[in-house]
Amino acid sequence: MSKDNQLLEEFTSKEYEYGWNVNLEADEAPKGLSEDTVRFISAKKKEPTWLLEWRLKAYRQWEKMPEPTWPNVHYPKINYQDIIYYSAPKQKKSLSGLDEVDPELIKTFEKLGISITEQKRLTGVAVDAVIDSVSVATTFKSTLGELGIIFCSFSEAVKEHPDLIKKYLGSVVPMGDNYFAALNSAVFSDGSFCYIPKGVRCPMELSTYFRINAANTGQFERTLIIADEGSFVSYLEGCTAPMRDENQLHAAVVELYAMKDAEIKYSTVQNWYPGDKNGKGGIYNFVTKRGLCFGDHSKISWTQVETGSAITWKYPSCVLKGDYSMGEFYSVAVTNNYQQADTGTKMIHIGKNTKSRIVSKGISAGKSQNSYRGQVHIMKRASNARNFSQCDSLLMGDQCGAHTFPYIDVENQTARIEHEATTSKIGEDQIFYCLQRGIDEEAAVALIVNGYAKEVLNQLPMEFAVEAQKLLALTLEGSVG
Amino acid sequence: MTTATETFFKSIQESNVPSYFSEGQAIRETAFQRLLEIGLPSNKSEEYRFTPISKTLEKKLVWETSTQASTLSSIEPFLIPGLDAHLIVLINGTFAKQFSNLGELENSVTVTTFAEADTQTKETIVKQLGSLNKSEDAFSLLNTAFYQEGIFIHVPKNTVVAKPFLILHINNAQQTQVVSHTRLLVIVENGSAVSVIEKSDSVGAHPCFHTFTEEIIVGEDATFDYCKVQNDSGLIHQVSNTTLSQSNTSKVNTFTLTLNGQLIRNNLSIVIDGEHCESHFHGLYLVTGNTLVDNHTVVDHQKPNSFSNELYKGIMDENSKGVFNGKIYVRPHAQKTNAFQSNRNILMSESATINTKPQLEIWADDVKCSHGCTTGQLDDEALFYLQARGIPYDSAKAMLLYAFALDVVALIKNDTLKSYVDGLITERLHRNF
Repeated sequence: MSKDNQLLEEFTSKEYEYGWNVNLEADEAPKGLSEDTVRFISAKKKEPTWLLEWRLKAYRQWEKMPEPTWPNVHYPKINYQDIIYYSAPKQKKSLSGLDEVDPELIKTFEKLGISITEQKRLTGVAVDAVIDSVSVATTFKSTLGELGIIFCSFSEAVKEHPDLIKKYLGSVVPMGDNYFAALNSAVFSDGSFCYIPKGVRCPMELSTYFRINAANTGQFERTLIIADEGSFVSYLEGCTAPMRDENQLHAAVVELYAMKDAEIKYSTVQNWYPGDKNGKGGIYNFVTKRGLCFGDHSKISWTQVETGSAITWKYPSCVLKGDYSMGEFYSVAVTNNYQQADTGTKMIHIGKNTKSRIVSKGISAGKSQNSYRGQVHIMKRASNARNFSQCDSLLMGDQCGAHTFPYIDVENQTARIEHEATTSKIGEDQIFYCLQRGIDEEAAVALIVNGYAKEVLNQLPMEFAVEAQKLLALTLEGSVG
Repeated sequence: MTTATETFFKSIQESNVPSYFSEGQAIRETAFQRLLEIGLPSNKSEEYRFTPISKTLEKKLVWETSTQASTLSSIEPFLIPGLDAHLIVLINGTFAKQFSNLGELENSVTVTTFAEADTQTKETIVKQLGSLNKSEDAFSLLNTAFYQEGIFIHVPKNTVVAKPFLILHINNAQQTQVVSHTRLLVIVENGSAVSVIEKSDSVGAHPCFHTFTEEIIVGEDATFDYCKVQNDSGLIHQVSNTTLSQSNTSKVNTFTLTLNGQLIRNNLSIVIDGEHCESHFHGLYLVTGNTLVDNHTVVDHQKPNSFSNELYKGIMDENSKGVFNGKIYVRPHAQKTNAFQSNRNILMSESATINTKPQLEIWADDVKCSHGCTTGQLDDEALFYLQARGIPYDSAKAMLLYAFALDVVALIKNDTLKSYVDGLITERLHRNF
């Protein structure tokens, strides 16, 4: 075996770091899905009747929908009756402060390196942590409250701000939007809610950490962010899960709503358990993310670093409704072993003078398949729309695949659309250049891949950039093509 | 299946299809059975998402009436002026012997219709027919089941055919609607070179529906040049399925020009089944009115060390629609492949649209592949520059559009053909845009 292959072997056999599992006592719904499950979840969360009705309506729609088969991913059929739809870490009573949180839980978050505890407060990130299905802790609530910013768990928002929820829930992603969005609408358990009032610039990064802990559970959370006129918010999301042999389902919905002059920046570092090196286990990440630039001059920016999940099926999109609104999508998707990713974006230009930019960098290694699927749609009314798309793929090893499926639909003559895509491997000449200058092979690969992904990594907030680079470095180990 | 489609299948089942050889009949029946299973594509089908062809056909054609043989007094207006070529004419899907003129052919080059082929040639045809085109495209199956006439060209080893073949498809819908299905099979043996031009024309105010399927086998070290000119003035609905296969160190150039028609769908597929091959395929669509032109191309790199380059450009005016889908496949062992693809479009009117989907699917790591795709308008500054130098707006526009289209034409080797195509483009740009 040559050195290259050895290094490749080493890298591809790398195990998942976040794969521990904590013995938290959990309050679970019985396995399976029916109207009763929906009612059970709703009752458990003491929800008002209108929300239960909404869930049931979504459930009835879901029942009639076929599971989509168009993504370029392959997996055995999911048995929706074999999933626990609700699992909450057991709480004796509602908590008033962090001190009362289960110490096991605190340990969990320490392992994750999440800033619930004091030390991390210094970094100035407000965190809402969601374990299995329930939001367990939210930090910095009062500081944010002074500015009129609402940042809390979804269930809390249902209780305290029902008007906002009623108005905006499902306004960007309708309940029957697609199979997994409908499923989520029926059984969503918790999530984060955020409202930034007029003219407020959120002083700190808001963040949610998701973790699936219990076995056989699915996680179905919902995030809703509303940025009122002239406001700004930067939002981070991170995810991990324990190592388990069976596949677990994660079907989230994220809705962003930007009013006039508002800006939302949404960053994700997704590191769900990707399965072992033989492709056993791992998370199915079937997520619907969509942002609506409702007002003029609004802006929504998605940044994602995708390294985990057995299967990723995710298209963070922007609907550019307001005139002069702007959508951005920056993505690095890394797949290894038997991972499959079908990810990309949709930019729907409806308003005049709208702009969008897509930068997608795919890296595939091992026996993985990495697909970019995107759509740029310029509607008839969207004059002077502008789009630039770039999707590059980097292949490491000769058993992986890279695919691009860009759809470009233009109905207005004044649109200017550019799309380009390349596929290549790290050039032998590039490696040689570095070797000549005394940089060893591994460092050279790191250097090149970092440069390759830099355009996207630069978009990440400081707190996440470090984590993302670490994750990427993991990938780089010995992956010489 | 809607009732119109049902009548279509029924009427087509009852119509008498010529059977040239008993073996061929089996191929027809298998294709028809498969067609019955899959039916005609709807707009739900990914391959025909933007091309509502089945609906259009249902609306425009009366399936019960059968096609009549047509009589034309002259084919002069459809010829390419000054082009010295081996001429094959098909009118309404049947071979028109009186107009065809094969002239003098190089030693042992075989050109024949399927019907007139001798026993030995028939054997070859049956062996090769359908060997390339494994397409599950409904119209390809329809063609296989019901083709009225086929042309077979065989170029033996180390033979260079000096003059190009000109295959003229004329659909005469002056009296009644026309439905025709034609086929072409070309075998270019090792070390040979041949050039084929296919031109389709239609006349008359009645609708036409024409499918043709071409299969071209290019041997080692062989060169194949292919040009397709679609300039129908009638109400033509056309689906062509062209499949080429290349062996080691062969070279293929294709050029597709679409200027007129109601609904034109071109499926072009190139299988690169050899090493060190070179393939260039260019396309240009300049359309106005209600024309819908849909180009679907597939390049399948199955062996290492080959090169493919695709360039398609389009200008859409009035209510015309352009659809482009370009797939590049690089199979697991096709290392050192270089594959490039570019699709550029200009929309000239408010109601013109373009749907484009360049698609790369790559399973090999040591490759260089890229695609690019743009949609835009003429550069205002460039227009202003020309106007400032006394060139009227319209001419300036035509000039810039001509420059945009020029590099696509560059591939054509035959000078007469080149100036003919050039003339068509210039005329179109000055008259319509």
